[in-house]
Amino acid sequence: MTRYVMSIDLRRCVGCQTCTAACKGANATPPGIQWRRVLDIESGEFPDVRRTFLPVACMHCANPPCEAVCPTRATTKRADGLVAIDYDLCIGCANCVMACPYDARSIVHESHFAYGDMPMASEAKRFDPDRIGVSMKCTFCVDRIDLAAITGQIPGVDPEVTPACVNSCISGAMQFGDIEDPQSSVSRLLQETQHYRMHEELGTEPGVYYIWDQS
Amino acid sequence: MKNPILRAANLASPKQQRNWDWRAASNFIAGGAGGGLLLLTSLATSLAAGFAPEVTRSAILLGLMLIGGGLTCVWFEIGRPWRALNVYRHFSTSWMTREAVVALVLFSFGALALLTLHPVFVVAAGILGLGFLYSQARILAANKGIPAWRHPRSIALMVATGLAEGGGFLACVVSISSAALAAPALLALIALIAIRVWFWKAYLGGLVADGAPDGALRVLSGLDARFVVLGHVLPALAVAAALAGMPGRAGLAFAAGIMVVASGWFLKYTLVRRAAFTQGLALSRLPVRGRGPAGAATKPGWKVTPGTKTG
Repeated sequence: MTRYVMSIDLRRCVGCQTCTAACKGANATPPGIQWRRVLDIESGEFPDVRRTFLPVACMHCANPPCEAVCPTRATTKRADGLVAIDYDLCIGCANCVMACPYDARSIVHESHFAYGDMPMASEAKRFDPDRIGVSMKCTFCVDRIDLAAITGQIPGVDPEVTPACVNSCISGAMQFGDIEDPQSSVSRLLQETQHYRMHEELGTEPGVYYIWDQS
Repeated sequence: MKNPILRAANLASPKQQRNWDWRAASNFIAGGAGGGLLLLTSLATSLAAGFAPEVTRSAILLGLMLIGGGLTCVWFEIGRPWRALNVYRHFSTSWMTREAVVALVLFSFGALALLTLHPVFVVAAGILGLGFLYSQARILAANKGIPAWRHPRSIALMVATGLAEGGGFLACVVSISSAALAAPALLALIALIAIRVWFWKAYLGGLVADGAPDGALRVLSGLDARFVVLGHVLPALAVAAALAGMPGRAGLAFAAGIMVVASGWFLKYTLVRRAAFTQGLALSRLPVRGRGPAGAATKPGWKVTPGTKTG
């Protein structure tokens, strides 16, 4: 059984936001909406102060609270572990937005463009009216994952079928792959390191692992 | 108006939710009271059988109007209102689906109860009113992203306030339609007020003990004294005065009912809008950088640290 997950090595992330830009380019999200974000967290008290970069997006949980609250089955968990939204079924009730403890979902009720109501040529070309008034979030670049089933390529290994954020990461902090495959880069990396998943106490079983030290 | 600059450092902290505005809050405010009113009307007519037909009809009509009004408000809130029937066409097991299904059956039985006043239909509408109220409580509690909602004690609080508001509305309807409420009905209203304040205190205590975003605790703690006094102490005194035989019994019951309803609505508006802070993001460990050790956990916007019970 395939279960696609992502690992993010917090030791390596330099907060460059390249993944944020790559996601925006790949998915043409509207102004103000970022499916992938890198947070800049300052913690501690002087003189013991730390700064940590935290990349976040949809965690593609194994037990997604967004799926449980969806009144129309628009949000579903796929067999490969990806949490998907059917834009044609979604009624935009925002219940899933409230259910997600990772602030991963958003709804845009009116079309906005970078310079007001009129889109630039590039925006007009990629504008998707189906995404207005419905819930949306990171898809793990699902179109690329689905392409792998056709081409026989391996997500996380072949760039054409790997999420844009992972491809773009300049420090190699992000890895993607099948955690059920013991030979995948993600599986081997997680065996060699200490890691955690965010808000595990909520029982969501997120599919994103944060690496903080070696084993 | 110039947009405020969002600092990356602030994005991890819990934020007040902006997706459900007054329209969504109205569904919980009016719908919960309507469900409570239908249940109490059915209980009063089946147990006491003391209401005149026009009182029962008025109460059922008001209950249905409250539920219908709440659902209409939420219909204006959703992003794709013309797809609302997808809730029935693509059936799921979410509590929002159950609320929609219960509402459909409720309006059928409610209409029959309104037309015939047959006890079977009145009782059925009451039970469905309770089902509607319970579904709404579970909708809030199922949202794991909002700590103030997902606390298990929020379910009892939402049901208790819905019933108290229903009792308050019933007191108002009876006071307007006839001379005064009977003593058992006034005692029942005091009991509903006492139950609500008990569940409120249990909820607030549980939230403080189990941990919640600072912003949510600040809002709810600020509400506490006003809610207890205006929503419980004063109406209970008014009902007690009516029971003691003070003149203007109907007016006292009406005033108590209004205070119970208004305070319950204010509580629900506060819960759905002002106290609805998101979970925020957290790091169980800060990464090891260079030769230094790993840093302690950080959870911006929370007083408790990860690992403690979070409700």
